[in-house]
Amino acid sequence: MSLVKKSLKELSTAFQEGELTSRQITDAFIKEIESRDKELNVFVTTTFDLAREMADAADSRFNNKSLLSPLDGMPVTLKDVVCTDSVRTTAASNILKDFVPPYNATVWQKLKDAGAVLLGKVNTDEFTMGVSTETSIFGVTKNPVDPTKVSGGSSGGSAAAVAANFCVASIGTDTGGSIRQPAHFCGCTGLKVSYGRVSRWGTMPMASSLDSVGCLAKTAEDCAMVLEVIAGQDEKDSTTPEVSVPKYTETLDQPLKGLKIGIPKEYFIEGIDEEIVSVVDATKAILENLGAKVVEVSLPHTKYGIAAYYIIAPSEISANLSRYDGIRYGSAVEGKNLEEIYTQTREHGFGDEVKRRILIGTYALSAGYYDAYYRKAQKVRTLVKQDFDKAFEEVDALLAPIFPSTAFEVGRAPDPLRDYIEDVLTIPANLAGICGVAVPVGKSKSGLPIGVQFLCKAFAEDRALNIAHQIEQSLS
Amino acid sequence: MLTQDEVRHIAKLAKINLTDADIERLVPQISGILDYFAVLEEVDTEGVAETSQVTGLESVTRPDVIIASEIEEALINCTPHQVEANSVKIPKIM
Repeated sequence: MSLVKKSLKELSTAFQEGELTSRQITDAFIKEIESRDKELNVFVTTTFDLAREMADAADSRFNNKSLLSPLDGMPVTLKDVVCTDSVRTTAASNILKDFVPPYNATVWQKLKDAGAVLLGKVNTDEFTMGVSTETSIFGVTKNPVDPTKVSGGSSGGSAAAVAANFCVASIGTDTGGSIRQPAHFCGCTGLKVSYGRVSRWGTMPMASSLDSVGCLAKTAEDCAMVLEVIAGQDEKDSTTPEVSVPKYTETLDQPLKGLKIGIPKEYFIEGIDEEIVSVVDATKAILENLGAKVVEVSLPHTKYGIAAYYIIAPSEISANLSRYDGIRYGSAVEGKNLEEIYTQTREHGFGDEVKRRILIGTYALSAGYYDAYYRKAQKVRTLVKQDFDKAFEEVDALLAPIFPSTAFEVGRAPDPLRDYIEDVLTIPANLAGICGVAVPVGKSKSGLPIGVQFLCKAFAEDRALNIAHQIEQSLS
Repeated sequence: MLTQDEVRHIAKLAKINLTDADIERLVPQISGILDYFAVLEEVDTEGVAETSQVTGLESVTRPDVIIASEIEEALINCTPHQVEANSVKIPKIM
């Protein structure tokens, strides 16, 4: 098997046993990127010189028997909202297109401290707002499985980087489905962590009460290896609770016998592809084969999740993105007074989708509308969360589809409201703060990947990864 | 349905300059999205508490201790404007 097709686990083992050097592994990925990224447009910035340097340092550590972790010497990529010291971080936005942060986000600092090698920064929708990377100023990232299709979004660059064998793992973010949906589109495994499981410090915020930083990789086992490094409390992110970080890799092999898994009936919405429903059915059969009991459950407020989310998220976006005013960082458009600098910098700096959300959020939070929109949405959020709480009293996990369709074509006619409504199957997990893993299980007749998601209660990543791993094992 | 003037007013609050063409394009889109939110009226939220956090953490504090940033100058130099005396130089406000 070609080196770049191997999993993180396989490459890590080969490196730690002296069969491959980090430099060999890194050079193999660089070669793959150079041969195919012109077509796919995954990378916003490549850091190959830095990567070779970091790989050589990992090889020295191997020779000195001072390896740092199982991720030592392993080449990764980061969604371009994760701040990297001295490496441009753009959020795929004009307003930050030349921004070079002077510090590392906690998630990258932890990976770096574990010895990981940085190959570069990958594409995203502008400030993570979108479903296809088509709102990126760098243009769409094409789907490695079928380049006439999008890679999904907003972590489309991360999913494509994994699916195209450009890295062993990629850090993404999931605010309303932005890790799970691209994982489903590209056929890789995507871990959406519980709110607060991984520090968000230094990762550019979209909607602070919903944002989560997770990872995409070839397998659930690989995601578990990464999570062991990136999870945990961070004094710089006050939303990370003091919850111990289990050895996620050690519970992957637990048998599923006796587990109870629920399928929420409301997730089979009108218009969902039959092929996707079939893959959920096939997954159900695998689970039953492995000894789990599968039952139907109800999450009655599912359909209200979208409206609640698209009030809460834009409200938080409008507040969070007020920092981009052309004064402290990023680009600025000169004006004759301060007000002109603000309004013109933001006019030229933000794309349409970002502007739409800022305007909706500003409206929802403005005098006279706060109760009708924001307060109402926060109450509906409670009901969505209670649906999950109730379900998890009965079942250990939920099995559900991720998106109503497989990857759609590049250049699909724009329709903001349709794009929002399509998030219906991923958004509720973010509103509730629970975790989930997207697992590639099947393919459509036209060969496009189809994933399913396993959702578990907050901080039960060990269970979600365990189920995902067992499914992947029975498929391989 | 939002009016063009209402969207101009929101844009002013959000400090985003919009051209007439932007307004033409955005008004129907934003109106359509706001109309969609009406679906929430179906939900009885009488007596339901708001969810502002999902981790149980509220008003987290830390000891009031100064920690040197060590990258102060680099942070200030992120500005696209001139830096003078460790400060960002901007046009007069008054």
